[in-house]
Amino acid sequence: MLACGQKAFAAGAIETLMDIFIQQLVNGITLGAVYAVVALGYTMVYGIIQLINFAHGELVMIGAMVAFTLIGVLTPLGVPALPAVLVATLCAMTACALLGYAMERLAYRPLRRAPRLAPLISAIGVSIILQHLALLVWSRNPLAFPQIVKTESFALAGATITNIQIGIIVISVAMMLGLAWLVYRTRLGIAMRATSQNAQMAALLGVDANQVIALTFIIGAALAAVAGVMVGSYYGIAHYTMGSALGLKAFCAAVLGGIGNIPGAMLGGVLLGLVEALGAGYIGDFTDNVFGSNYQDVFAFMVLILVLVFRPSGLLGERVGDRA
Amino acid sequence: MSDLLTCSGIGKSFGGIQALAEVGFSITPGEIYGLIGPNGAGKTTLFNVLTGIYAPDRGSLVFAGAQLAGLKPHEIVRRGIARTFQNIRLFANISALENVMIGRHARTRAGLLGAILRNAATRTEEADSESRALALLDLVGLRERANDAAGNLAYGDQRRLEIARALATEPRLLALDEPAAGMNASETRGLRELLLEIRGRGITLLLIEHDMRLVMNLCDRLLVLDYGVTIAEGAPAAIQGDARVIEAYLGAPAEA
Repeated sequence: MLACGQKAFAAGAIETLMDIFIQQLVNGITLGAVYAVVALGYTMVYGIIQLINFAHGELVMIGAMVAFTLIGVLTPLGVPALPAVLVATLCAMTACALLGYAMERLAYRPLRRAPRLAPLISAIGVSIILQHLALLVWSRNPLAFPQIVKTESFALAGATITNIQIGIIVISVAMMLGLAWLVYRTRLGIAMRATSQNAQMAALLGVDANQVIALTFIIGAALAAVAGVMVGSYYGIAHYTMGSALGLKAFCAAVLGGIGNIPGAMLGGVLLGLVEALGAGYIGDFTDNVFGSNYQDVFAFMVLILVLVFRPSGLLGERVGDRA
Repeated sequence: MSDLLTCSGIGKSFGGIQALAEVGFSITPGEIYGLIGPNGAGKTTLFNVLTGIYAPDRGSLVFAGAQLAGLKPHEIVRRGIARTFQNIRLFANISALENVMIGRHARTRAGLLGAILRNAATRTEEADSESRALALLDLVGLRERANDAAGNLAYGDQRRLEIARALATEPRLLALDEPAAGMNASETRGLRELLLEIRGRGITLLLIEHDMRLVMNLCDRLLVLDYGVTIAEGAPAAIQGDARVIEAYLGAPAEA
């Protein structure tokens, strides 16, 4: 009787462990999908002008802020939840696309022929400016996501997945497929790939490099806006500082996948999300609770350091010599 | 008949080096015009000025009645000048077909909105681009290799692919920088046929070439540059006997 009970207990414990593992997988994939979408913005810009746009994370933040504000305006007017979110997201995408274009035009294009450090510093400057503009407009208090979409949970192999998580994963995958299609199947995509391989030769074939670069910024910024809405609704708040940590992590994801490589950014994003979720889930068990899940943010940067030491070209990246 | 291209008084210096001092010539529509001269004579610099990579320090370039100086490369290619390079500059990581389709960029319009909306105009344009690109691959004998990465093609095939890509821009003037470089005799014969076929389609050719047999057989007129200065211009037969040209290539005769 006693032995039987112990067995049942052990089986229950294993089941619980398995459930926790699956739950962390679900959380990791959700987070990873968002990282992947943001990482695409870094990698596309790097691929085409070899610039790490450190202000990209702020576009995510602005996207969330604009969308949250609009939802807050539309909902009291009696606009139903789904159209409100849709309109707000489209407006956020437009706002971020304009901002991305302005950024390229004002802060990076004048420095196109300058030493590489100059646009990098300019990018950090843009990031600080955007953060403080957001602070002026939206104040230092977090904006709460209006509770217009009711969170519903579904059982999934012992873990739970919410409708918001499903939405994030589905939208991210759809956007990544759309982008891959754009880059590998359309006239604009061919021009983008040609410009990133040899901008001068592309120009000699009629490609207006400035236009292609501007469009790259616009596409990356629109993706960032959607990522902002997704991550904001996942955590329920948006804050003027939310872009920097998220941006840095997405940058780690882009490096992990191989900066400049589009499938690499997608892979790197999802892997980083998984590493982070599993790491945060198990760090307490492995360190006897000396470190808790509040160390979650450490993992992304550990991955960054490991990649830079052992495989600087990233998982799918080309050897640097190939680019020259 | 009015000239297709008229260059006059072209000068270009880099620091203290005068690459082009005073170059003038005109090309009439439909001819094959050769540009020869010893290494360092300024031939490639002239191509770079012509295609907008360098702005000339002085002089004028009139193409089909319009001034080219000051235009950017992508604007010049839209006016109808395409070129190839002495050292091959294909996009090595993408397919031969896509390399040619990039050349269609100058003649197509679809942008971001077209790509997203997939409207009828965009779909027609894409289908048209692909069929024209395939036809050009056919012309240069690379139809079978359409889906191979350009970097994996044999050297001679890469040279011909570059020509197909330049033709995709629908040029009126095709400028070729040493197209026969590195080719063996039979490949060079094939190239000659191809260039005549291209001229047969009404495209004017401007050719830098060191293979003198090819130049003498193919070109209607020649321009000889030395140290950035025109030293002779005329029909191949006249150039062959020109004392200054012989001197530029072989050095001055020893004083007796």
